[in-house]
Formats: sequence, structure tokens, C-alpha cells
Amino acid sequence: MSKLVKELPGEAIVAAAQAPSIGNSFRAYVQRVRGGDMGALPAVLGLVVLCVVFAVARPSFVTAINFANLFTQGAAITLIAMGLVFVLLLGEIDLSAGFASGVCAAVLAVTLTRLGLPWYVCAPAAVLTGVVIGIVLGTLVAKVGIPSFVVTLAAFLAFQGLVLVLVDEGTNISIRDEVIVAIANRNLPAWLGWALYAVCVAGFAAVQLLRARKRARRGLVADPLSLIAFRVGAVAVLAGLAVFVLNLERSRNAALVSLTGVPIVVPVILVLLVMWTIVLRRTAFGRHLYAVGGNTEAARRAGIPVDRIKIAAFVICSSMAAVGGIVAASRASSVDPNTGGSSVLLYAVGAAVIGGTSLFGGKGRVLDAVLGGAVVAVIENGMGLMGYGASVKYLVTGSVLLLAAGVDALARRRAAATGLR
Amino acid sequence: MTPLLEVRGIDKSFGPVKVLHDVGFGAYAGEVTALVGDNGAGKSTLVKCIGGIYPTDAGEILFDGRPVQIHTPRDAGELGIEIVYQDLALCDNLDIVQNMFLGRERRNGLLLDEDSMEELAEQTLSSLSVRTVKSIRQQVSSLSGGQRQTVAIAKAVLWNSKVVILDEPTAALGVAQTAQVLELVRRLADTGLAVVLISHNMNDVFAVSDRIAALYLGRMAAQVKTSDVTHAQVVELITAGRSGDLGLKNGVTP
Repeated sequence: MSKLVKELPGEAIVAAAQAPSIGNSFRAYVQRVRGGDMGALPAVLGLVVLCVVFAVARPSFVTAINFANLFTQGAAITLIAMGLVFVLLLGEIDLSAGFASGVCAAVLAVTLTRLGLPWYVCAPAAVLTGVVIGIVLGTLVAKVGIPSFVVTLAAFLAFQGLVLVLVDEGTNISIRDEVIVAIANRNLPAWLGWALYAVCVAGFAAVQLLRARKRARRGLVADPLSLIAFRVGAVAVLAGLAVFVLNLERSRNAALVSLTGVPIVVPVILVLLVMWTIVLRRTAFGRHLYAVGGNTEAARRAGIPVDRIKIAAFVICSSMAAVGGIVAASRASSVDPNTGGSSVLLYAVGAAVIGGTSLFGGKGRVLDAVLGGAVVAVIENGMGLMGYGASVKYLVTGSVLLLAAGVDALARRRAAATGLR
Repeated sequence: MTPLLEVRGIDKSFGPVKVLHDVGFGAYAGEVTALVGDNGAGKSTLVKCIGGIYPTDAGEILFDGRPVQIHTPRDAGELGIEIVYQDLALCDNLDIVQNMFLGRERRNGLLLDEDSMEELAEQTLSSLSVRTVKSIRQQVSSLSGGQRQTVAIAKAVLWNSKVVILDEPTAALGVAQTAQVLELVRRLADTGLAVVLISHNMNDVFAVSDRIAALYLGRMAAQVKTSDVTHAQVVELITAGRSGDLGLKNGVTP
């Protein structure tokens, strides 16, 4: 062997893994952000700024009743956005998710009212409709090879027609089923809200502690206790505040009717958030989804069934749209040709992108959809309180979506420049 | 000594173009065999035939002395033949551990067994004396070209492979990174693997290889021990197919 190989100049050989601590974690985070990987930072900052602006301009923004409204207002869009994250992760898009939710809501309404079936048949039927839609879209994209933009644009138009067919050319079907209406209109009793809070915080702490202990026992780099305490503490304080405010009396006339508690959609969103996060982060399917979005050819060579992964992503997207449709139908207590229409899809895509999911694929989390959904809900709600009409709302939301996509594209360029991508 | 991997009489045509003529080639355990040749000599085609990506028209492949059939990349993988392609087939948005186990994740029931994967990846990297990465939970997008090549090679080694074929691993690297990768290539052979190194760079070839196989216009011009030849002879083999007593006797014209 020549000398060339024996001496190793240049690039420093760093063996020591950085000791994990709050300080180091924080520094690593700052470095990531400066390198262009901003994660949820724009969404969180945007949320804070928007809340402060609206709170100053309209004191009614910070009332308990408005706070509860935010959740029910943003729920349907957040749920649709959670599904969209899966398709966006592949670098594809589903423009039909809005009207897919409308079709599924119409299926729910028709089976509930015309066929008189019970809710526990109708809701699964709506979700099943979403699954079928996803299989069709996914197959057209993955197997036939039509660009997802075109497939779902065609579906966007077709589903609009399908909703009209289902609701008989524009009638409004009202929903009276107690259970379905309760999802977006009723609240948990105060004690159940606190019990749910306790379970969530304790569960979060337990998962974090157990993982750290398991890793430490195997001699792997584990998060230090201080960092875990910080995370759990932050979640406990924020969630505790939210539950406290939601448990305040928010009825204008408390003697007549009492209105307190955590809206039922909140635990629905939480359960789906945890479930999909586990699927994305802790299962082979989720790993393969990221791989296909990051480098399709590498995924193929690694033996990953790329087509099946793509179809599965569209199925998840459309069935989450169905769930969103059910919640939308519940909130309006009716389904009409506009359910899932107008701005729903763009708000949902906006929510995912504002939250930090990349339109270029390979980067995103289900939590992004929730954070972005909160931003969208705050804008819609706040603008409404300010007394602006639909025109200004559309203009502002459009600008925010463009801004988020711009941040995504610029972050990508910056990451490329700093060698992070 | 019998070669661990041997091909005999391989023919391969793409339509009317005959790319490989009666090619024979052997790779020995514990040695680095350099596969050299000019552009279009058939190096990549030969490797893809061995890797099960292209079917061969004629000829046989022997593994450890017995004939084997390789029809798909999976067949090659099961025999213990791993190929590290020029475009590294890594996912930028995943970290080192995730890339090394991509498509072959370890599971604990339904969930991924992250900890044991991380341990195994760490062991593999340290067994190759790789100390150039800060953390194996680093995203591949943040790695340098040499580090990426290292990860791609470690990924190939992870699966108890016996033959590792590297397609121009240093083509896109700087001097220091090239040295690192070559050291790793040497170490692979020293641990008992049969390593095939495709390269254009004579310095690299002479730095690490034990044998040199030179392809010329789809024919195997010569397989020689590196210590028996000079730079100039190898260059002649690559460009003319012969050098003195070595190489193709009855002149081949393009």
C-alpha cells in the first residue's frame, strides 16, 4: 500500500459524540434552523404574532368562547391536512381532498337520512368511501403513471359533480343524529377533560422516560433527564392552560344553558395525531414513505414496493379527508353541495405547508398539519372578528399560503447552500 | 486458490451491439481486484450482469467454486454479493442508521427496533474504523461526499456480504476523501471480503489493488497481479488491449 492511504490529511476525524444536554440540544436546534431546516418554527412564530395582533385589535378574540370556537372551526381542515401530509411526503399532491371530504360527508348524510341507518354504519361507510377514492387515485398515479396533479384535478371536478348527484342537485340534507352532531358541537364534562389531560401528559412523560432509559441501558446516546423534564413541563403547562380555559363557563346566559368543557373534536384529533405519528415515525411503512419521498430510486433499489407505498399514501389521504368531511358535516349539522368545497382544500394544503411540510417531498410530520391548521383557524377566526369580509380573508389566506411555500422553497435553497440537503 | 467469485465466457449484447465477448473474471477473498478499462469497455455492464440487473446471453457465474444462477438483484444479495453504485442510492432525508437498514429494517412486532439497528450500525462502522461522522443519527444530507461513500459501503458490508463491488467510489471525491475511501476499501479486503474496485484512476488502482483486470472493447485483455505490472503497461492494456506479452494477441479493432 502506498503512503497516500496511510496518512489521512484533511477532514477532521471526530470520534466524540456530543454530550447530550439542554444547552447542546438548543445549540444543535439553532444550527439546524440557520441551516434552513426550520421545522415548525415559522408556524409557531406566526401563531404567536397573529394571536397578539388579533388580541390587541379585538379583545373578544381572547375570550373562552372564541378559544373553543377555534378548535371546532379548524378541526375539519386540520384532519384533511393530516392526510395530505402523507401525499405531500411523497412529493405528490391531492387537489381532490376537499371534494373527497364532501363526497364522503354526502355519503354519510344520505345513508343517515334517506336510508335511516345508524351512525355506526354510516360513519364507517363514509370512511370506506374515502378508502375507495384513495385506491382509485393512487392506482392511477402509481400504476398508470399519470401525474398526481392531473389525476386529482380531474377528481376535483368529478367529485364536485358526484356531491351534486348525491345531494340531489343542490338540496341541503340536515343531520339530526345525536352522535354525529355531538362530534363538533358538544363538549366533554370538565372532569373528563382533566382526566384526558392527565392521561396524555403522563403518557407523554412515560414514553419519553422509557425510551431514554432503554437507550441508556444499551449504551446509546439518550436524551438527558433535564431535556425530558423541559419538554414534558412545556406540554403540561400549555395543555393545562388550554383545558382550564375550555372548562370555563362560556355561555352568554349561563342560567339558561351551561357551555363548558373540551370540545369532543379535540380528543378525536389527538388520537389520530398520535396514531399517524406512530405510523410515520415508528413503523417500516412510515420509514419507506420518507424514503420514497426522499429518493425514489434508492427506495426501489432497497427493495421497497414503491407503487404500493404511493397507493397507501393516497388511501390514507382520502380516508382522512372522509374523517374531515364527517366533522364538517357535524359542525354544520348538514351537508350541501358546498361541503368540502370553496377554500377547504387550499386551506388544508396551506395548513400542512405552513406547519413545515415540504411541497418537494421527503420532509413533514403529522404535527405540522395541526400547527398549520391552528394558524389557518386563527386567521379565519380573527379576520371574521375584525369584520373583514370574504374578500380580505381570501386575500390574506392566499398570501399566507404563498409565504409558507416561499419559506419552504427558500429554506431548501439555503439548506442546499449549507450542504444540509 | 480458487476465486470466490468467478465468471466464465460471459457474452452480452444489447440488440445488434455486442458489449461483452467471452469475458472471464475472478475475484479472490481477502483481495482487492481492480476492474479497469476505457469508457464503454463494458465494466459497468459486467458488474450489472453479476448483480442480476442484466441477464447474460451466455456464460456462467461461479460462487465459491459452484455454479450459481443470478437473475435478480435479490439473488445476488442472497449469495452475499453487494454492489455500491456510482450514484449512491442513499436517501438524503434519512439519517445514517435509517439508510443502512433501508428496506431491511429490524422490527419489534409492528414497530421498528431502532435501538438494535443503531447498535448494529455503530458496530459495523466501528469495525470498519469509521470515525469520521459526528453522530450516526445525522441526516445523510449533511455528510460530505466521502462520508456518503463510506455510509454506502458500510451499508453493503452490514449484510454479511462476501463480495463487495464498488463502481468508481472515488470519482467525485477530493484528495483527502479519496484517501479515506481507499483506506476503507483496503480494510474491507483485509477483513476477508472479496472486493472489486472499478476505477479510472491509476493512482487509486495501484494504491489498493492486489490484482488488475483490464477490459478492452468488451474483451478481457488481461488479469495480472498488481505487483507484476507498471503504470505504463496497464495504461497500454486499457488503451490498446495489449502491452508486450500481455493482452489480446490477435489484434482487436474497434
